Amino acid sequence: MTINEKQDALIEDFDLFDDQLEKTQYIIDLGKKLSPIAEEYKTDDNLIKGCQSRVWLHTEMRGDRVYFEADSEPTAQISKGLVSLLIKILSGEKPEDVANADLYFIDKIGMSTIITSRRAGGLASMIVRMKDFAQKQLIA
Amino acid sequence: MLDIQKIRQDFPILNEVVHGKSLVYFDNAATTQKPLPVLEALANYYGHYNANIHRGIHFLAEKATSAFEASRHKIQTFLNASRVEEIIFTYGTTDGINLVAQSYGRTFLKEGDEIIISTLEHHSNIVPWQMLCEEKGCVLRVIPINDAGELLMDEFEKMLSERTKLVSVVHVSNALGTINPVAEIIKKAHEVGAKVLIDGAQATSHIDIDVQALDCDFYVFSLHKLYGPTGMGVLYGKTDILNAMPPYRGGGEMIKEVTFEKTTYNDLPYKFEAGTPNIADVVATKMAVEYVEALGKQAIADYEHELLVYGTDALQSIEGLRIVGTAKEKVSVLSFVMEGIHPQDIGVILDQQGIAVRTGHHCTQPLMKRLGIVGTSRASFAVYNTKEEIDKLVVGLERVKKMLS
Repeated sequence: MTINEKQDALIEDFDLFDDQLEKTQYIIDLGKKLSPIAEEYKTDDNLIKGCQSRVWLHTEMRGDRVYFEADSEPTAQISKGLVSLLIKILSGEKPEDVANADLYFIDKIGMSTIITSRRAGGLASMIVRMKDFAQKQLIA
Repeated sequence: MLDIQKIRQDFPILNEVVHGKSLVYFDNAATTQKPLPVLEALANYYGHYNANIHRGIHFLAEKATSAFEASRHKIQTFLNASRVEEIIFTYGTTDGINLVAQSYGRTFLKEGDEIIISTLEHHSNIVPWQMLCEEKGCVLRVIPINDAGELLMDEFEKMLSERTKLVSVVHVSNALGTINPVAEIIKKAHEVGAKVLIDGAQATSHIDIDVQALDCDFYVFSLHKLYGPTGMGVLYGKTDILNAMPPYRGGGEMIKEVTFEKTTYNDLPYKFEAGTPNIADVVATKMAVEYVEALGKQAIADYEHELLVYGTDALQSIEGLRIVGTAKEKVSVLSFVMEGIHPQDIGVILDQQGIAVRTGHHCTQPLMKRLGIVGTSRASFAVYNTKEEIDKLVVGLERVKKMLS
């Protein structure tokens, strides 16, 4: 599946819910299924400094694909769910596709205020860092 | 007795629907909503007499100038300042503190002088003093607090000495709602010859302010937390001190005469008001203050206290919730944490139920560190809030718990 196909499938899943609270519940439940990041990757370098909740991101190139692992502090469950969605959409894709990805699913599932808000957990910064990493692979 | 339903009709924004739910606005410590007279004053100014003030001789300029200066008189009586020129218009509390730090501080403080603040301070009443200390070699000292969020006054007294030149403390804590004993702080500081600035950002909408009775040297606040417009603040200062201070910004309005050789400065208050001021918001300020005065400060305080008591009981009934900030003297602010739940998640899920609260460190990172937490969720009540809305908050928080368990 391409990044956009993955996004479309996700949007379809979320369309099953009537209200935003149910969508949020679904995100929380997805977060619970996110495999935790290896302790060795929870370094200061991997820490994405958001104002409210802490998120770690590990980036790696394997073959011609970029891979991401990420986690948020355990009590920040909504962040964790959103992190899991971003991983699902972007990890294992080609660098150029990640670098150029238009992440329209965020708005469609009603999470744009949470992800783009300056104070909200640094998830916008996480996306920037994922794309930057992909971009660097293109140059290299 | 206030008619709260009638008051609510004065605030059109309270009818907004958020995420399909009626808005419950509990972020009043960040900014209060504005009543119709303030909204109408803004539209009326721009619609009928917008003009630059003080310099024009035409009809509109005259009308705008007199409305602008009428607000200054209104603030003077609101604070019970002895003279109208003691009222300096700023862009907000932060701007007022920076003015004092940059003008008074840079002129009168020197290496080794001490500035005392408190653990409860907003970053706005920390950083300007740190900048000054860095430049002048002054020493910043911090009054500690107890676990309830009250200042340790014994420790404060021990800090005072002939080295203390300035004490700058918050009247009411934005994060916890603690009301500080500012009259006592001012008296004790004056005994060692220090000047005192009171940050009244969170106080003016809840407490009657009398700068002469307090005897503070400076008092700063923002109008947008007092049902008035944003971008509009006040610095009160005693005449002799303001007169001794050099201008902080140069430009139009603050001058008497400019030549390339030398410029002479205008008198108070204009000396500190360089450039075209925020005329519309200053004009509308009068209506905000009049609105509060018409309701009555005491009536507002009594009603908000009722909400605080009701809210405290209601929130304490939620298992796993802990109220942060339990000072004996408090305004209607309820900061809280919930076991195992991140404040941000509380804020997001409440928002989706139409309830606006503030989450995070509330620009008081050193206070959060002292309390051993990363942040809180904060519900802050204003005169238009109701017990029914607090009930909705409780239901909302039960939903938060259910969703995150």
